[in-house]
Amino acid sequence: MDDGALVLIEIGALILGIGLLARLAARLRISPIPLILIGGLAFGKGGLLPITQGAEFIEIGAEIGVILLLLLLGIEYSPTELIGSLRRSRTAGVIDMLLNAVPGALVGLMLGWGLVGAMALAGITWVTSSGVAAKMLHDLGRLTNRETPVVLSIVVIEDLAMAFYLPILTALLVRMDLGGGTLSVLIALAVVSVILYVALRHSQTVSRLVWSKSAEVLLFSVLGLALLVSGLAAQAHVSAAVGAFLVGIAISGPVAAHAERVLTPLRDLFASVFFLFFGLSTDPRDLVPMLVPAVALAVVTMATKILTGYLAARSAGIGEAGRWRAGLALTPRGEFSIVIAGLAVAGGLDRSLAALATAYVLITIIAGPLLSRIPDTRRFARWTKRIQADRRARLASASSA
Amino acid sequence: MSAHVERAELPGIGIRHDINTEAGRRLSIINFRDGGRELAISDEDDPDRAEETVALTDDEARALSEVLGGSLILTQMAGLRDQLAGLHMEQIPVRADSPFVGRVLGDTRARTRTRCSIVAIVRDDGVLPSPSPQDVFDAGDSLIAVGTREGLDKLVRIINGG
Repeated sequence: MDDGALVLIEIGALILGIGLLARLAARLRISPIPLILIGGLAFGKGGLLPITQGAEFIEIGAEIGVILLLLLLGIEYSPTELIGSLRRSRTAGVIDMLLNAVPGALVGLMLGWGLVGAMALAGITWVTSSGVAAKMLHDLGRLTNRETPVVLSIVVIEDLAMAFYLPILTALLVRMDLGGGTLSVLIALAVVSVILYVALRHSQTVSRLVWSKSAEVLLFSVLGLALLVSGLAAQAHVSAAVGAFLVGIAISGPVAAHAERVLTPLRDLFASVFFLFFGLSTDPRDLVPMLVPAVALAVVTMATKILTGYLAARSAGIGEAGRWRAGLALTPRGEFSIVIAGLAVAGGLDRSLAALATAYVLITIIAGPLLSRIPDTRRFARWTKRIQADRRARLASASSA
Repeated sequence: MSAHVERAELPGIGIRHDINTEAGRRLSIINFRDGGRELAISDEDDPDRAEETVALTDDEARALSEVLGGSLILTQMAGLRDQLAGLHMEQIPVRADSPFVGRVLGDTRARTRTRCSIVAIVRDDGVLPSPSPQDVFDAGDSLIAVGTREGLDKLVRIINGG
């Protein structure tokens, strides 16, 4: 068989496989990400059927997938929403970082992956999957709930924080030590700050530059700009993903709405290729020794996420049940954790980090949405009502005494 | 007196407006960025939560706002009488036993006898503004009349057959 035909056969079979997995996910009413990861694990290195010819396409497709993921994430948020969230929920954002990044960092140190490894794992446990969380809130009919803006603000702040975290991680991965890395970190941060400033302040100019009535022209302009900026960002060791995210933020208004429509199918395709690639390049045999740390980390950081949401909702004046709902909605980790792990392994960190991230994401992305349904049960409503009544009674007796 | 409307941004999703009613319920309307709309009513036991969520198409949203807006205009018109000194507005029901059921507006000779103007007739199926003397009254109609206090009192007696 000639190579060209084999490439087509392999890629076709893979995409068809992704289609089947997505169909199964829709039937099970879960996110397709865990299934695609598992599918990748099954066929990749050390798996059932290693891929030979299509590897190159999948590798480049995965890189484009990360860029598109971040580009559309940026497009989704308007500059006013970002600034508004930052202003409203700054404290919640800081608590979120402390509670959820620290456990990851500690486990990273315990596993002997050094400071940079600890930093990567901190990011993996820190970031909630905004895609999964938003979809879950929609599916459970919680968009009109009072705690929902609290949840979304935290997610937005995390995503924005990634614009600074990823370049720092990239710079450290290049230098691999804190001392020599400081300068490259500072340069990366300066570059990001400048681009972010332009994106927030002059988003209208950027939007006007790429605007076109024709969907085709708009697709080429936005995609081209995103890939170009990502490439330049990667060249400056700022991380390609962040470049794309910042381009996305700069695009706003009607341009954003149109660009979102034309780019979403592309994003779905290449992001799936990225998750598949990540699964493919993770050796299932690495998974076994990582299972115990992954489960422990998942249990601890899901608890800390619940606490994060609980505290944030409490300070926003939300009742007992709403606090739990907010906390549980934040538990699933997803695309960002995988992006960070991919970056870390590509940068030369221990391969088992990818295995740990895979197991960790699989656990939280499946358990999170399931646990999130608990607050809708009648028993839970009775329990929170009793707690709230007790609290009110205690307050009343304290104030009368 | 005006209702308190809270606006909340849902980043990446759209904008939500909340109206807290006097009775303690919360009505929420989400305008999705992609154009859809949802109306939700809060749970009585847990006001943070939506008990029922209804998705509305463009046409349904327009119909809902027209129905609510129409009844609102009447309430606001009734409020006008407090603002113009000496000039009052009154909503006068045409009772089933009124001598004018089935007769035309001109028969009341309201303007000559009371110096009041009947500016609108409100019916189940809508409002008839600026009625002409040939428009026929039905039982259950409401007449919107403008005039002095004494004139309006007299008009009420006439319509009731006094």
